[in-house]
Amino acid sequence: MHMLSRNATFNPHGQDSSYFLGWQEYEKNPYHEVHNTNGIIQMGLAENQLCFDLLESWLAKNPEAAAFKKNGESIFAELALFQDYHGLPAFKKAMVDFMAEIRGNKVTLDPNHLVLTAGATSANETFIFCLADPGEAVLIPTPYYPGFDRDLKWRTGVEIVPIHCTSSNGFQITETTLEEAYQEAEKRNLRVKGVLVTNPSNPLGTTMTRNELYLLLSFVEDKGIHLISDEIYSGTAFSSPSFISVMEVLKDRNCDKNSEVWQRVHVVYSLSKDLGLPGFRVGAIYSNDDMVVAAATKMSSFGLVSSQTQHLLSAMLSDKKLTKNYIAENHKRLKQRQKNLVSGLQKAGISCLNGNAGLFCWVDMRHLLRSNTFEAEMELWKKIVYEVHLNISPGSSCHCTEPGWFRVCFANLPERTLDLAMQRLKAFVGEYYNVPEVNGRSQSSHLSHSRGQSLTRKWVSRLSFDDRCSIHGR
Amino acid sequence: MLSRKASCDSHGQDSSYFLGWQEYEKNPYDQVKNPNGIIQMGLAENQLSFDRIESWLASNPDALELKRNRESVFRELALFQDYNGFPAFKNEMVEFMANMRGNKVKFDPSKLVLTAGSTSANETLMFCLADPGEAFLLPIPYYPGFDRDLKWRTGVEIVPIKCTSENGYKITESALQEAYQQAQKFNLKVKGVLVTNPSNPLGTTMTRLELNHLIDFAMEKEIHIISDEIYSGTVFNSPSFISIAEALTERNLEDDEVWNRCHIVYSLSKDLGLPGFRVGMIYSNNQTVVSAATKMSSFGLVSSQTQYTLSQMLKDKKFTANYMKENQRRLKRRKEMLVCGLKGAGIRCLESNAGLFCWVDMRHLLRSNTFEAEKELWKKVVCEFGLNISPGSSCHCSEPGWFRMCFANMSEETLMVAMQRVKALVDSTIVHQQTGLSKSRWLKSKWVFQLASYEREPDR
Repeated sequence: MHMLSRNATFNPHGQDSSYFLGWQEYEKNPYHEVHNTNGIIQMGLAENQLCFDLLESWLAKNPEAAAFKKNGESIFAELALFQDYHGLPAFKKAMVDFMAEIRGNKVTLDPNHLVLTAGATSANETFIFCLADPGEAVLIPTPYYPGFDRDLKWRTGVEIVPIHCTSSNGFQITETTLEEAYQEAEKRNLRVKGVLVTNPSNPLGTTMTRNELYLLLSFVEDKGIHLISDEIYSGTAFSSPSFISVMEVLKDRNCDKNSEVWQRVHVVYSLSKDLGLPGFRVGAIYSNDDMVVAAATKMSSFGLVSSQTQHLLSAMLSDKKLTKNYIAENHKRLKQRQKNLVSGLQKAGISCLNGNAGLFCWVDMRHLLRSNTFEAEMELWKKIVYEVHLNISPGSSCHCTEPGWFRVCFANLPERTLDLAMQRLKAFVGEYYNVPEVNGRSQSSHLSHSRGQSLTRKWVSRLSFDDRCSIHGR
Repeated sequence: MLSRKASCDSHGQDSSYFLGWQEYEKNPYDQVKNPNGIIQMGLAENQLSFDRIESWLASNPDALELKRNRESVFRELALFQDYNGFPAFKNEMVEFMANMRGNKVKFDPSKLVLTAGSTSANETLMFCLADPGEAFLLPIPYYPGFDRDLKWRTGVEIVPIKCTSENGYKITESALQEAYQQAQKFNLKVKGVLVTNPSNPLGTTMTRLELNHLIDFAMEKEIHIISDEIYSGTVFNSPSFISIAEALTERNLEDDEVWNRCHIVYSLSKDLGLPGFRVGMIYSNNQTVVSAATKMSSFGLVSSQTQYTLSQMLKDKKFTANYMKENQRRLKRRKEMLVCGLKGAGIRCLESNAGLFCWVDMRHLLRSNTFEAEKELWKKVVCEFGLNISPGSSCHCSEPGWFRMCFANMSEETLMVAMQRVKALVDSTIVHQQTGLSKSRWLKSKWVFQLASYEREPDR
């Protein structure tokens, strides 16, 4: 295939990782409450489906937003022609206001420093194109979102060097792990251009502490490199400690435009998680560096946001009553749903990392592994997908250094489906491992290998007809 | 601290194409509020048929309200981020594209990849077909944006195929070979040829002979052909448009290797006049390309909201058929107005049958047959006579004195004003040439007052 580029024929973007394979299995046999009760329940998709009713009811009351109208007048032609990569001014203003609101208005953001992109996928890639040359590197704390392998490396030629975080301290970033990652890059002859963190974290579902943020800032200051903070989940921080943006910490530390580090701290945002609108492709880059803003703006030509969508969302986000109510209600529902998942897992003798944000839990299934290896993790994952019929994401796909952790999503399915998933898991653990539920802490397991196949059909069918589990309604 | 890409200027954004735009932004013409402002003739937009689309949307509220049979599909769309594209939309798109080609070819939706505009489509194809340092051949003159779109982040080079006014800028066998050899001289591996058909900035469609030369060339060199057919719906006169797909089918090349090396780029920005909606696409028979391009489209997907609205609109075959016909009729009329107005000023254009612009011959107005003189003339046109037109040099034309003038992005009245200014420009240039004195400033205030009372030329 010498006729195509290396990009087209090589596969470094991780699209064949288990993250995507589980998805494929789900597509072949998706669970349906009525038509396919034995199907695979999708718990590998970090979508927020909990608050659509709020948006739908707003749309019903505000038909102009979708109808290309403004103050009763048609603005169709204006929108049809609007392809200015500076973005629709009203929308950018509404976006920065919304972002500030999510940050408790502890920061003020300038719409002129915001660049709109077709989703955070585009924003992240654009940042890498702007900040690093092929062969250079960014440091990313593990575990991280599997999509980064494709988004940040594929067409840019930039390398990712992991900052190895472990469960010993709740996967927090430390000075040591930062230094080690930097030295690892040096050993590999890779020039480090920056650190990219996701805060709140995917897949951990935790917000970064003030201490971690200070550490990061000192580190990038010391090394003279960039900090990209992907804050795509910032609106999903439903529990304390509250979310602290890197922008807030800059202010804390009295870093302003006179300090060098000010220009090297950048934020990525999107409406895909907070508002549950991944289909609308709304992402954004925020940077204090004018040159980065200028370059990113031009690059956004390759992925602009539809003006039709900018208009609709600008009207929506300009409605402060809606945004205030939405943010509060979103937190409330996410918190409740996470609680249900945690409690369901506890009943199966499984614990999670203590999470306060995101659309998923970082689940500890180490005690269910045959051995403390990634092979054993894969084995367990396959059982869960093919036998328990739950698609969850194995930690290895997120580059976790310790086998046995899984990401389980809770906001992309109805509560009763979540309950069913938990029942299946409980039955699986119970039959396979003889592990009783005790105070939510797991006990050592006895594995019964021989039971595999027949078990599946038996208890899966049983559960489908069972009355709703007692977890429901808690 | 930034990448080379971010710090360099090689993306062509400082070319006159963009500079003229900037001048316009500082002082834009408005019939009422700023009659002395600069008239924008450098923007290839199609504003002629919005009324048709607006009225369709008004009669079909479901499309905008995101409903299907009055039931909300908001949730479904909000969550739909599948890079394989909204099936209903792709199905309608391939039919629409086939209709435009007189149904002489049939397209398969599974070979269509949606992208956020053709800007994204073109760059994506570069990423898929060429490595950094490799090259694509492009006939000159070409759309200035290609310098950025095809080269900037991809590291791919463009080598020009020399076309001249001698034969109406047609692509010849020898021009293709020369370009290829030129690339070799620079040690650049040629991966393909990219043509825009109908051509921007020429406004002409490729002849069957040209297409066959192109195909023969691609077969001989074993390289790709990208046919950017973004203006395919703007063909308003004969000869009719022949797509690369048709040319290949005519020669029964479906089983030849070259079939897998021909790719079409399309968009709704020109035909439907919807550049703001960011709807572009790649069509390819090559499964590997489709697969890679599909994954790459993650970096620039089309908003599901927009896919839905347009899928509903394109489903209405009666509407689209009428729209295309009426659009072409209006474009033809408007182009004729421009050609006539220019003729009245003693200026000729390349004979054209498509596009949203004319390729205008102002060589006789140049002080000398040089690009410096072209630049001088261009500055005069923009700054003294208030018309933003695109100089041929920004399109890499090899001959000084040609300019692209757009006609579909303004009202008829504004076009009339523009034509009068052109006449004034020509008069001033002739006077200047005759007397050697610069009377431009005096002339300027004179024609501005004159125009205020000038009556419209009768329709032809």
